[in-house]
Amino acid sequence: MAKGKSIEVNDTNFEVEVINSEIPVLVDFWAPWCGACRTAGPIIEKLAGEYDGKVKVCKLSVDDGGQTATKYSVMSIPTIILFENGKVVDQVVGVMPSFESDIKGKIDSIIK
Amino acid sequence: MVKNTYDVIIIGGGPAGLTAGIYTSRDRLKTLLLEKAICGGLVATADSIENYPGFPDGIKGKDLLLKFKKQAEEFGTEVKELEGVKSIKQENGKIKVQTNKEEYNTHSLIVASGSIPKSLGIPGEKELLGRGVSYCVICDGPFFKDKDVVVVGCGNSGLQEGEALLKFVKSVTFVEFLPYMKAAKILQERLQKNKKATFLLNHKITSINGKNIVDSITVKNRETNEEKKLQVAGVFMYVGFLPNSKFLEGVVKLDNTGYIKTNERMETSVPGIYAIGDIRSKEVRQIDVACGEATVAAVSIQYYLEEMKTKTK
Repeated sequence: MAKGKSIEVNDTNFEVEVINSEIPVLVDFWAPWCGACRTAGPIIEKLAGEYDGKVKVCKLSVDDGGQTATKYSVMSIPTIILFENGKVVDQVVGVMPSFESDIKGKIDSIIK
Repeated sequence: MVKNTYDVIIIGGGPAGLTAGIYTSRDRLKTLLLEKAICGGLVATADSIENYPGFPDGIKGKDLLLKFKKQAEEFGTEVKELEGVKSIKQENGKIKVQTNKEEYNTHSLIVASGSIPKSLGIPGEKELLGRGVSYCVICDGPFFKDKDVVVVGCGNSGLQEGEALLKFVKSVTFVEFLPYMKAAKILQERLQKNKKATFLLNHKITSINGKNIVDSITVKNRETNEEKKLQVAGVFMYVGFLPNSKFLEGVVKLDNTGYIKTNERMETSVPGIYAIGDIRSKEVRQIDVACGEATVAAVSIQYYLEEMKTKTK
């Protein structure tokens, strides 16, 4: 895993990377055809740097991870889901001006 | 301080705001455009635009607006996305714009903040948002491939986006409160021929149901009062729009529905503040109308700033 960078996950490696992770995981459900996801992308990458070692940041394209997206009822993207010990703890849907601070707030309340 | 002072600040990155940027930048006015989400406005959520001149085969809303943005930026408009305006104040002839990130000073302001999709406030609508309830086919539509969905509202937006859905979903039921459809006749004709489309006119949607995700909706026939449930996976809401003018309350004069009043030069009740596009109090809300208003506002601002300069000399 590259230091401070997001990693790609899909239906095959989701369990290993996300469910079995020892530290909390942020998963960005996105797609190449989604304009708002492209705006969210750099912010997610920035968070991967800021929370390096504390939170694992993953990106799941719903085109490659359809089963996982369905399992977590993702029907609007970007959807950011936070996992801890394999369980969903919080989520953010859509991109708003408060996007970055909303996610940070949620992460901070988990890693405290 | 100088760094954050502009000749023109534009609020909103839809067709109106971006066109205004093209014009004011070409006039060599230092222009900043603030967009609370990403540029494109409501148009970017339209699958296909068929009535904007110059594109006889239609164009995706997103593609059209990317061209607008590129044009504005190439002429010098500084565009900041994910920056929402919190408040506007006027002090000693200068206008102060406070966003979620910074404060800016400007000599003039163009409000092009548009409108936002209206919600009905029915049970399940808020709770199941992003879990089957959507206000944007182009954003969320692909999740409903081969599923049964509902489009609420048979205006132009509803029928246009419903038509986009029909390309890949199993069926679309269109629910309309009125006994007739308001959409352009050409859209009605095309959709009525489509075997996967059903129309429930004079029906009211009373609730959206489902535990974790949408599984059905309840509709009521307004004539017979008979209620029935429809099994659907998705509900796309196109029931009209509301003005995005909260941050302007008490600053400029609004009409009784919250849209900004202007004169023919796009001037609001406050000198130096202009309003264009869907946020403006008017009858017709279309892309080309928004662009026209942007042009008028840019020219008015040019005169206004010249006049201000002469006054201070």
